[in-house]
Amino acid sequence: MLQIKNLQVKAEDKQILTGVDLHVKAGQVHAIMGPNGSGKSTLARVIAGHPEYVVTGGEVLYEGRDLLEMDPDERAREGVFMAFQYPVEIAGVNNAYFLKAAVNAKRKHLGQPELDAMEFMELIKEKSKLLEINQAMLQRAVNEGFSGGEKKRNEIFQMALLEPKLAVLDETDSGLDIDALKTVAAGVNTMRGPDRAIIVVTHYQRLLDYIVPDHVHVLSAGRIVKSGGKELALELEQKGYSWIETGAQPVGA
Amino acid sequence: MSTSTETIEQLANREYKYGFVTDVDADTIPKGLNEDVVRLISEKKGEPAWLLEWRLKAYRLWLTMKEPNWQNVKYDPINYQDIVYYSAPKKKKVLNSLDEMDPEVRATFDKLGIPLEEQKLFAGVAVDAVFDSVSVATTFRAKLAEKGIIFMSFSEAVREHPELVKKYLGSVVPYSDNFFAALNSAVFSDGSFVYIPKGVRCPMELSTYFRINAKDTGQFERTLIVADEGAYVSYLEGCTAPMRDEHQLHAAVVELVAHDDATIKYSTIQNWYPGDKDGKGGIYNFVTKRGLCAGRSSKITWTQVETGSSITWKYPGCILQGDNSIGEFYSVATTNNWQQADTGTKMIHIGKNTRSTIVSKGISAGHGQNTYRGLVRIGKNAKNARNYSQCDSMLIGDKCGAHTFPYLEIKNTSARVEHEASTSKIGEDQIFYCRQRGISTEDAVNMIVSGFCKEVFRELPMEFAVEAQKLLSVSLEGSVG
Repeated sequence: MLQIKNLQVKAEDKQILTGVDLHVKAGQVHAIMGPNGSGKSTLARVIAGHPEYVVTGGEVLYEGRDLLEMDPDERAREGVFMAFQYPVEIAGVNNAYFLKAAVNAKRKHLGQPELDAMEFMELIKEKSKLLEINQAMLQRAVNEGFSGGEKKRNEIFQMALLEPKLAVLDETDSGLDIDALKTVAAGVNTMRGPDRAIIVVTHYQRLLDYIVPDHVHVLSAGRIVKSGGKELALELEQKGYSWIETGAQPVGA
Repeated sequence: MSTSTETIEQLANREYKYGFVTDVDADTIPKGLNEDVVRLISEKKGEPAWLLEWRLKAYRLWLTMKEPNWQNVKYDPINYQDIVYYSAPKKKKVLNSLDEMDPEVRATFDKLGIPLEEQKLFAGVAVDAVFDSVSVATTFRAKLAEKGIIFMSFSEAVREHPELVKKYLGSVVPYSDNFFAALNSAVFSDGSFVYIPKGVRCPMELSTYFRINAKDTGQFERTLIVADEGAYVSYLEGCTAPMRDEHQLHAAVVELVAHDDATIKYSTIQNWYPGDKDGKGGIYNFVTKRGLCAGRSSKITWTQVETGSSITWKYPGCILQGDNSIGEFYSVATTNNWQQADTGTKMIHIGKNTRSTIVSKGISAGHGQNTYRGLVRIGKNAKNARNYSQCDSMLIGDKCGAHTFPYLEIKNTSARVEHEASTSKIGEDQIFYCRQRGISTEDAVNMIVSGFCKEVFRELPMEFAVEAQKLLSVSLEGSVG
């Protein structure tokens, strides 16, 4: 599904990713962990096509196509979704209206008929229960006045509506209490399936108790320094990142 | 440069689609202004002596007045001798029906999407079409006349209802009001006149469409709307002009009078040529608009969507004289490229329990400069007056500016005045968020801007709200970056 080869990325003249290799297959859940400033969020945002970053080397293939050549909105319509660490507020734009525009932009792109208001409300009804999205959240402006937990639930709700092939969750656990974390994780887990790949970017192991990954990678100083199974996350939890950074030195040297 | 910036810039350079010129045989007087020109305009219109006298008084006063310079806009001095003060499509005789109208003029309005055949219009909208200095057609007159409603060009009103015109002309905006009002009073050539009799609810939207066509011509129209006791009218004006390298002056005066329990809704969709992307050409839109809530429980609502003009400078206001009267002002003003706007309102509370609401949305993009200037004055007898003002500015890009100048004068301690203001920036982040959900940059900008302007758009008559939204998106496209 996603193949990243020797990806190097700069932002404002600062080299952030120095050579990332990652191979994610359909049906898998990968966790990307790492200390602050290691480049985790950058990797997520580059996959989504954020304009702030400049790719200085390497390549990213999505279903065999050059992902970096595609505009952010085209990537989205082709099935790449990112749950934002800090979801953006858009005043005056009704959340349901925004979601309908997003769903229909994708349907149009895929040659499917656009949903009318009635059909869309049916779709929302079905998906909103899972993430405890209430009517008020749909009628308010996009993310405006939402609590931290509501924003993150709204992100996963969008993911459920858009049914992406590749979902990247950027620190979706940050700012969530344990109940909200469980709700969000349950939402993500129902989305797991043989045709979908999920990349979970997180600083803490906690989220991975609820979204159990197939693979765990540790990012440090802009590259993946260690990969393993779900037990790697637990090891990190016990020993901290310094363990990996020290252990990684021979690789980096 | 990011992709979204490029896309936006391409869109920004889209052309002004109303910029064409119509080739008509026009009766145009030479450039320049003096007493003879004032007399000539009056004579061409076959006006009574009292009106000529009024014009001349205005002209003589204007000569002694100084052009104001306190507004937050910059422009080169206007040479008032280099303007044509009267230009009208030639006609052989008085028009009896649309069929006698110059086909070119008629085609112009068709092209602008304002067909003048009654059956083709929006059901429920009557139109007065003003081409350069004169009104060329007014639709649905007969139907409106059945209810006693007068809707005709100003010139016709002077001939057919001189007593009404004489009674109300200058009663809200006297010719001495300001420099441009005096100039307009001296040389105004046409405009619309509306009178809604007692207790009548006007059954359709009334609308005037202003078109500047001739070169070097200024447009100086006057609109006068009177709603008698218990009457209701909703009126809308729209305007466009050809693209030219020279600036053209548009100095209009609008007067509204609402008697006891009467309501006037006045909506403007202003789309004069804004100049090109380097700031060359465009209309100077210097307009005086004021409504008088003369009677008890009368209500005047101004709604304006100002997307055009090189410079927009106007403060549609309300004088709340009648007890319990209500004034409202809802405005969206956009400035893109090198456009400048200094606009807002004046709410003058005189009567008891008067209320006013101000909602202003300024959007600046490119090098645009957008100023909100508003006065709320609560007089000493205006017991229990209330005002609520909300001024929001949105900046697109980092070369534009937004300014807010609220003036409050409160002379009665029982008044309640609230003012809220905000400035926000349409960020790459908002656009990226939309794009990550599959929404194109163009749709994202439209969505964000419409969201920002929602409170104003919902005040527009239905038929025009959609139009205004489209217009706004066209005028702002290409502005993010």
